[in-house]
Amino acid sequence: MSSETQSSRNRWLLLSPALAILTLAAAGPLLIVVVYSFLTPGDYGGVIWQFSTDAWFNVVAERDFFDETIGLSDAHLSIFWRSVRLSLLTTIVAFLVGFPTAYFIATRPENQRNIWMLLIMVPFWTNLLIRTFAVMEIIRNEGVINSVLVGVGLVDQPIQMLFTDFAVTLGMFYVYLPLMVLPIYASMERMDFSLVEAAFDLYATRWRVLRKVIFPIVKPGVVAGSILVFIPSLGAYVTPRVLGGGKNLMMGNLIELQFGQGRNWPLGAALSITLLAIVMVALIFYVRSAGTEETPHG
Amino acid sequence: MARSRAFDVRRQSGFAFVALSCFVLLYLPIILLVVYSFNAGTSIAVWEGFSWQWYVSAWQNEKVQEATILSLIIATCASIVATSAAVMAALATTRTSKFRGSGLVFAMINQPLMIPEIVTAVALLIFFAMIKVATGYTGIWYLIIAHSAFCIPFAYMPIRARLQGMDLNLEQAAADLYGRPWQVFRRVTLPQLWPGVLAGAMLAFVISLDDVVITEFVKSAGQDTLPTYMLGQLRRVITPEINAISTVLLAISVALVVAFYMLSQSKKQ
Repeated sequence: MSSETQSSRNRWLLLSPALAILTLAAAGPLLIVVVYSFLTPGDYGGVIWQFSTDAWFNVVAERDFFDETIGLSDAHLSIFWRSVRLSLLTTIVAFLVGFPTAYFIATRPENQRNIWMLLIMVPFWTNLLIRTFAVMEIIRNEGVINSVLVGVGLVDQPIQMLFTDFAVTLGMFYVYLPLMVLPIYASMERMDFSLVEAAFDLYATRWRVLRKVIFPIVKPGVVAGSILVFIPSLGAYVTPRVLGGGKNLMMGNLIELQFGQGRNWPLGAALSITLLAIVMVALIFYVRSAGTEETPHG
Repeated sequence: MARSRAFDVRRQSGFAFVALSCFVLLYLPIILLVVYSFNAGTSIAVWEGFSWQWYVSAWQNEKVQEATILSLIIATCASIVATSAAVMAALATTRTSKFRGSGLVFAMINQPLMIPEIVTAVALLIFFAMIKVATGYTGIWYLIIAHSAFCIPFAYMPIRARLQGMDLNLEQAAADLYGRPWQVFRRVTLPQLWPGVLAGAMLAFVISLDDVVITEFVKSAGQDTLPTYMLGQLRRVITPEINAISTVLLAISVALVVAFYMLSQSKKQ
């Protein structure tokens, strides 16, 4: 008994540095954000310690400046909607490209697979800003694509791609694609191809095999990949800032504005908690579906 | 029915094409970025001949020098702090039965992976602003602590994986021979654990070196790391100097990641 309590004490002693750092510089400050969301904004940034629910009210609604009527905040709602829309679009495109890619890698000879996966993962571990910047260089008006198009004479004037929703979606797809390929590949690699063979023996077409045999087996990987792409897309800050310009804001940029020019810290805090809540819902959805969909093949 | 020999059950039409396009798409922007860092002209789209001039001008740019030094200091300190904390945490949580609070501990360690970076950045901005007002200290320790926190899960993963694959018998034998816990750890556990520790430290270093969002919000005036310096530059006229800096950063990351990969491959043999 006493040795058990001692080993328990040792365990918490060993855990204490990591937990202390994470509490101090990750989890703890989140509680302060919750508190700040219920305070009154200061005149030049910061807060006045006075309870107020205005920030939460302002997340989705606004009071008309002149006649005090209450309406939905079109500006905020359209940014929320853009964040969700572009993140979903990014996830779908990443799936359409990532699924065949994972399949391709999983069907290579065993000794080659790690090399192909390394090729997928190396860009992921390089700087996100640099990869976003690389996309920007290609699609800007003076960029390679437009230079070629104008040079060949396909178009008279460069096509405006940078600072559009297209640019933001392309950028997020580009930077988060490895997060889709990795889990799908992981569940495909262990797949038993004799099941596929059996399906063909029973005269299934390739499309049916894909839909009825392969997809159900790797579905947990697809769900994991989709969540892994969707969540960082929703909270993306660098990519929309660099590729979306000042107009095509997403939630991350809206939050930043409250701490910059807007100087409404409580509103920024409330928006942060809103984003966090949406992410948590997505995570819970993922954990639930991962829990119930474990297949014997997995 | 006899199946023809050419029939491959693994083939799905079009998949190889999509996959190979995907690889081209992943690498084309990066390759172009690197190529134009050697451009003799000021354009990042029109090739005017080979030159090292943008590397030279980046090298001589004082702001770039300062940002590089700060980036390296922060990444070094943060990876040391995060790796040390992660080794201890991994020793406490691996090779043990489920204990009270283990769910909470894992949630805490993985928390930086789940919470959007912008939210953590805002939280740290508010928290550190309070401390800055209270103490007047505006040094780089805010950045080091912040970086250490989000590096912990990245350092923790390879160390934990290594620990799980390790043989308990040697440690048991050492303990049976009256080795004290610290001796056992230093003489038996650590030498076996070493590749995992190195891998964890390298990942932490890369993650710290690449961070933009949290650094951008936490930094005090005049503290720029390479990524935040570059972010600031993007608003101005872009010259291949940015490409040159990017290429160097890319080379460091790729080298470390490939080394990490080799290290984790050698583990399996």
